Amino acid sequence: MTGEELIWRIAGGSGDGIDSTSQNFTKALMRTGLDVFTHRHYPSRIRGGHTYVEVRAADHAVKSRGDGYDFLLALGDSFARNPQDGEAYYGNEEVKPLSENLDELREGGVIVYDEGLLDTDEVEDFDERVEENDWHVYPLDLRSLAREHGREIMRNTAGVAATAALIDMDTGIFEELMADTMSGEMLETNVEVLEEAHAEVSEMEFTHDLEVPTGSHDEEQVLLNGSHSVAYGAIDEGCRFIAGYPMTPWTDVFTIMTQHLPSIGGISEQVEDEIAAASLAIGASHAGVKAMSGSSGGGFALMSEPLGLAEMTETPIVLVEAMRAGPSTGMPTKPEQGDLEHILYTSQGDSNRVVFAPGTVAEAYEQSREAFRVAYEYQIPVVIVIDQKLSGELASVPASHFDREPNPDLGSVLSEEEIADAPHHASGTFNRFRHDPEDGVSPRSIPGQKDGRFLATGNEHTPQGHIEESPDNRVAQVDRRTRKLESIREDLDDKEHSNQTYYGPEDAEHGILVWGSQQGSVEEAVDRLNEQGESVKMLGVSDLMPYPKEDVTAFLESVDECLVVEMNITAQFRGLTQKELGRFGEKMSSLLKYNGNPFEPAEVVEGFDIQVNGGDEPPTAQTRIEPAAGD
Amino acid sequence: MSKSFSAIGQAAQGEEIDREAFTPGIEPQATWCPGCGDFSVLKALKGAMPEVGRTPDETLLVTGIGCSGKLNSYFESYGMHSIHGRSLPIARAAKLANPGLEVIAAGGDGDGYGIGGNHFMHTARENHDMTYIVFNNEIFGLTKGQTSPTSPKGHESKTQPHGSAKDPIRPLSLALTSGASYIARTAAVNPRQATEILTEAIEHDGFAHVDFLTQCPTWNKDAKQYVPYTDVQDSEEFDFDVHDRQEAAEMMHETEDKLYEGEVLTGRFYIDEERRSYGEEKRSTGEMPEEPLAERYFDAEADWERSYDLLDAHK
Repeated sequence: MTGEELIWRIAGGSGDGIDSTSQNFTKALMRTGLDVFTHRHYPSRIRGGHTYVEVRAADHAVKSRGDGYDFLLALGDSFARNPQDGEAYYGNEEVKPLSENLDELREGGVIVYDEGLLDTDEVEDFDERVEENDWHVYPLDLRSLAREHGREIMRNTAGVAATAALIDMDTGIFEELMADTMSGEMLETNVEVLEEAHAEVSEMEFTHDLEVPTGSHDEEQVLLNGSHSVAYGAIDEGCRFIAGYPMTPWTDVFTIMTQHLPSIGGISEQVEDEIAAASLAIGASHAGVKAMSGSSGGGFALMSEPLGLAEMTETPIVLVEAMRAGPSTGMPTKPEQGDLEHILYTSQGDSNRVVFAPGTVAEAYEQSREAFRVAYEYQIPVVIVIDQKLSGELASVPASHFDREPNPDLGSVLSEEEIADAPHHASGTFNRFRHDPEDGVSPRSIPGQKDGRFLATGNEHTPQGHIEESPDNRVAQVDRRTRKLESIREDLDDKEHSNQTYYGPEDAEHGILVWGSQQGSVEEAVDRLNEQGESVKMLGVSDLMPYPKEDVTAFLESVDECLVVEMNITAQFRGLTQKELGRFGEKMSSLLKYNGNPFEPAEVVEGFDIQVNGGDEPPTAQTRIEPAAGD
Repeated sequence: MSKSFSAIGQAAQGEEIDREAFTPGIEPQATWCPGCGDFSVLKALKGAMPEVGRTPDETLLVTGIGCSGKLNSYFESYGMHSIHGRSLPIARAAKLANPGLEVIAAGGDGDGYGIGGNHFMHTARENHDMTYIVFNNEIFGLTKGQTSPTSPKGHESKTQPHGSAKDPIRPLSLALTSGASYIARTAAVNPRQATEILTEAIEHDGFAHVDFLTQCPTWNKDAKQYVPYTDVQDSEEFDFDVHDRQEAAEMMHETEDKLYEGEVLTGRFYIDEERRSYGEEKRSTGEMPEEPLAERYFDAEADWERSYDLLDAHK
């Protein structure tokens, strides 16, 4: 794969600027015409602790992290020691940026490390491993280089300059990027560090032959993550109100919306807790605004009660659930797909909601828009499920993907003229919750509209909204609310473009089912498997409720057997599929991973081999095969 | 878009409003017991609305759960009968979304000072321009007589059979320290004062908290628990400046102590007309649009920004 692609990893301590540096580097690669994709690994900690970001760049489309990587820039953990007394303060972490990353470095790979902070004598078997793997090692005193030409903190810049020199990249593109975000002395000093370090390293003798691939884009690209996509989809659908409480990784969506809303006439509220946050979204929506909230697992648990209220009062809201590993506070900065059943079934009673789980950064935009459309047309809560991986990974997407018209339409809301003609109760109030609409949707009014008064209540209620427990009314209202899900399923089935993603040869013998953020890794695995002579295709399922029965049935009928790939131990999505379809138990086995890291394509390839070609051993110690029910 | 939105402000154009406009045209399902103090709150609220000059169409009443939550059933306006303790976050978002609405929230002492205590503190702190009426009868009524956050120490109930070991909440003091800019206490047995106070509270530009003492004839057998009452503004015994935070705090403290000694003090306890409401604060920092956000959705000419125009930072 080298030659056509480069995978670069920058490692250091949390708080050392690894994130911003890698983002700039990724953007620089994108600007040279490459497709890019990043993978972040970080601890739940503010400063210190091992962090890395992996940047994959290629002359072809990249959909996930790769297997292993080519180039390590180990900056050292500058927070590993307490500068006050020189004692180890955070434990013995100072060499982790080097030692923790060696296992996945490919043969022939390049290592640049900051010899100002790191000592290879403290890394076990370093020299032996370098020789064994034919690695090319360049110790550079990046700290001194930065200090000499600017400030010590700019060792990131020196490291990027060294990388650029070693893989034959021009510094011009980095200077442009710096000028976008810095000015004055800060910019000048950084540019000086960049140029001096680049010049110095360029004069060295290189032993490797790794180079940056060349590529070109047909159209302009933008670099963004799943959180941006969800936020931009919301903005384009006219969402102008968000309420939230910070929780990783949901905070990304919340802060992006907060950054933009005031300047485009919207409102963002950071509130006391998640119950309040979801309740604010209900209040704003009830008052006639497109509104959203969201959280991650534990915070979403608190939203269970308002979620039910939104359903019962038929107040449209969109909630984002950015999953992280659980239960409880679990692993705050690690992805898992363990909240699926929680999201589908939380809240009391026969409650309904719509759940979308986009599989890629680009899909997150479309499905966020769709979430608002469905919520406001059908007056129902919609949950967008992403996870720590999709929320934080950066990918290049053609800018034209976002070039769409806004849709601020409030959906099934009546005008005052229509309210005047609508069925009225003798009191002159408006029959808000009529029993009869075929699609289940009784159009609503907005407080302030003339003669549209109604009571929205979480109790069972009459068409006028008054509390009522008579059996006939109860049945009519439950039936109508439940009918909405059927209408939404028909609506989604009728659309020109399905939310589900098909990938691979249509007539393939074997199938892989996947949902959410793992789709990209599976697509890459499907390519490799077919190149190896297997016959495999994928279905990435994004509609989780209402479930796309027809799509999945047709897919499962067309294959001999199917591997279901997901990041949890209880095979929640496979369970959902069996529950919804009531068959195919004998065709589906699971490939599961729950160690806090997303699937790598190679793990899916190995899992598939075991499923198809047999064997009892798990593909790697970190994944697990759950056989089909009939086995 | 053909949708229209015109009711707000129609009262200002000279329409006559009477209290009967706030009576629903259908017979509500009655859940309040005979002799319940909640009827007095309803009556006072209906009396206040014409004074304020608001129509039912431009009023949003948000309630929590419990007997107090049934206020919506008897009061004609736009309404949201929500969930236990959550009336405030719903109400304040509605007010932010459409500042043209008259937003009133109501709840009971369990609803407002117990499960919703956190929201009470934060809504007062933010000083949203709304009125919050807490029906305080010192008991959980609808769940059949359990000890509430305002039940006196030693109160015996099925959930505290040995007598409550907890001191009651001090709602007035809590509202003051949290930041409410209008704080009053009135009682169901004092209808004239109750109507006046609710009128003032609704007209107040900020978070107005009214602790409304209501008797519960079913679970607090002593229906005359708040008689006799004293109006602190009418009595020569109490001389404090309602605009002085320190004096108000001392007066509240005395009031809250005396309630459980059988002396019922009512009236205005704190009024701050200087403090800007949260909406004004947010507008002044540019965090909130000048025009009501909700109205923009009904304006066919409104400009809607696109994310495509925000993408520069990603190129």
